[in-house]
Amino acid sequence: MTPAPFGARLDDVVVRFGAQRRLTAEGSTIKDEGGTALDGVTLDLRPGVITGILGRNGAGKSTLLSLLAAFNRPTEGTVRVGAGDLLEEPWENPWVTANVQFVRESGDLMDDERVSETFKYYADLRPYWDADLAGRLLDTFEIQPRKKPTQLSRGKRSAVGATIGLAARAPLTILDEVYLGMDAPTRYAFYDEILADYAEHPRTILLSSHLVEEVERLFEDVVVLHRGRVLLAEPAEEMQSRGFSLTGPVAAVDELARGRRELHRQRLGATVQVTLEGAPDDGATAGARAAGVEIGSLPLQDLFVRLTQDGGSGASSTAAEAGTSAREGRR
Amino acid sequence: MFDGPEPIYVQIARMIRAQVLAGELAEEEQVMSTTQFATTFRINPATAAKAFTGLVDEGVLYKRRGLGMFVAPGARERLLDEHRKAYFDEVLAPALAQADLLGISTDELVSYVLGTNGHRPTTTTEES
Repeated sequence: MTPAPFGARLDDVVVRFGAQRRLTAEGSTIKDEGGTALDGVTLDLRPGVITGILGRNGAGKSTLLSLLAAFNRPTEGTVRVGAGDLLEEPWENPWVTANVQFVRESGDLMDDERVSETFKYYADLRPYWDADLAGRLLDTFEIQPRKKPTQLSRGKRSAVGATIGLAARAPLTILDEVYLGMDAPTRYAFYDEILADYAEHPRTILLSSHLVEEVERLFEDVVVLHRGRVLLAEPAEEMQSRGFSLTGPVAAVDELARGRRELHRQRLGATVQVTLEGAPDDGATAGARAAGVEIGSLPLQDLFVRLTQDGGSGASSTAAEAGTSAREGRR
Repeated sequence: MFDGPEPIYVQIARMIRAQVLAGELAEEEQVMSTTQFATTFRINPATAAKAFTGLVDEGVLYKRRGLGMFVAPGARERLLDEHRKAYFDEVLAPALAQADLLGISTDELVSYVLGTNGHRPTTTTEES
C-alpha cells in the first residue's frame, strides 16, 4: 500500500545558533559568534514530487531539511508537515516523525552493530519499511548485511544510508547529500533506484546535492538556497526556460549573444559555447540556424553558479571560471 | 540525449513522433512506460508522462486502461501529412536561405536536385 505523500510549508522561518564559549588549548575562553542558518524562509514543498534542494556550502540546506524531520526546531516562524490539508508541526510529533525519513550525509548508522541490526531498528520505526527492497538494494550496492558500518568504506556507508532512505518508503523522504564517497557507477545506480522506486511508489522526495549536472533531470521542482534565504523555488521546467546555450563559431555566437546577459562561456579553439539568460526569440533561432550556431538547453549548473555568486551583477569571469572548474572536476 | 533547447518532454514527444514516422513504432504497438522512460533516460517520470499526455492529445498515442500507451491507428499517416506540410517551411526554406548566403545559384540547386551536376543527391551527404 502506498501512503499519501507528505508536503511541507515553512513560514518566515529563522534558525539562529546561539553564541558559545569555547576553551582554547591555552586555557583561556573565547566566544564564538552565533550564526543565522536560515533567515526568513517561506516555502511550499509540493507533495508527491522529487524536489532538488540546491545551495552552496553553508547555504542552510541541511538546517532546512532537519526542521522538516524534527531534528531541530525554528527560532522563529512555523514549520508544517503532513498529508493533504492535515499539516502539523513536526517537533515532538510521532505521526510526523514516523513518516519522515531523513538520511543525512553521515548516514546515522549504528557503528558497532551489523547493518542487518540497523535495518531491524528501521523496520520497527518505519511503518512502510520494505525489507525485500532493502535486501535487494544491498545486493545492488554489494554490501554484506553482516558487516558493521566501521568495516565499510565511505561510499559503502553512504550506500547503506541510501538503502535506508529508499526502503523506508516514507511519505516524506529526505536525502541530504547521500552520495558522498560513492563512485560514479554507484551514484548512477542510486539515481536509477530512486526513479524506479518513486515511479512505483510515488512519494515526496527531497534531494540535496552539489552534483547538479548529475541530478538535474531527476527534479520536478527545484529550490535554490543562498545564505539562509530562498533565491528560487519553482518547477525545474520553468528554471530551464530561464536561459539557453549557443554553440558555434565565435563571431556568429557573439553576434547572437549581443545584449544578453552571459552566464557562462567556454571556448574550444574557434568554437565557443555561451550560456545566456532569457529565451531565444524567433529571430535568434532563425539567425542561429543560418549561421550554423546550435541552440542548446540551459545547464542548471550555470544558472546555479550565477545565482549563488555573491555581489555579482552582470556576467563576471568568476562565475564562468567556477562553472568550468566544477565541470572539469567532474569529468 | 535530449540536449536541445526545448523542455525535455517536448524532445521526448519529438523522438516518439520520429519513431512512429520511421515505422520503428508500428500502429497498435506498445510504447515504453513512463517508469521505463524515467529509468532508461534518467529523467523524472512526470517529464515522460507529460510527453505522453501531449501525444495522446495529438492522437499519436492512446491509453489502454491498466495496460499502458499504444500507437494510435492512423498515427503514421497523420504525421506524414503534417510533416510533408512543414517540410518546405522548416527544412527547405532555411537550406535555400543558406544557399543564398553562400552565393549558390538557383541553376546549381536545380541541377543538384535533378542529379545532372555530377552528384547523386540521394546518396551524397553534401554540407549544406
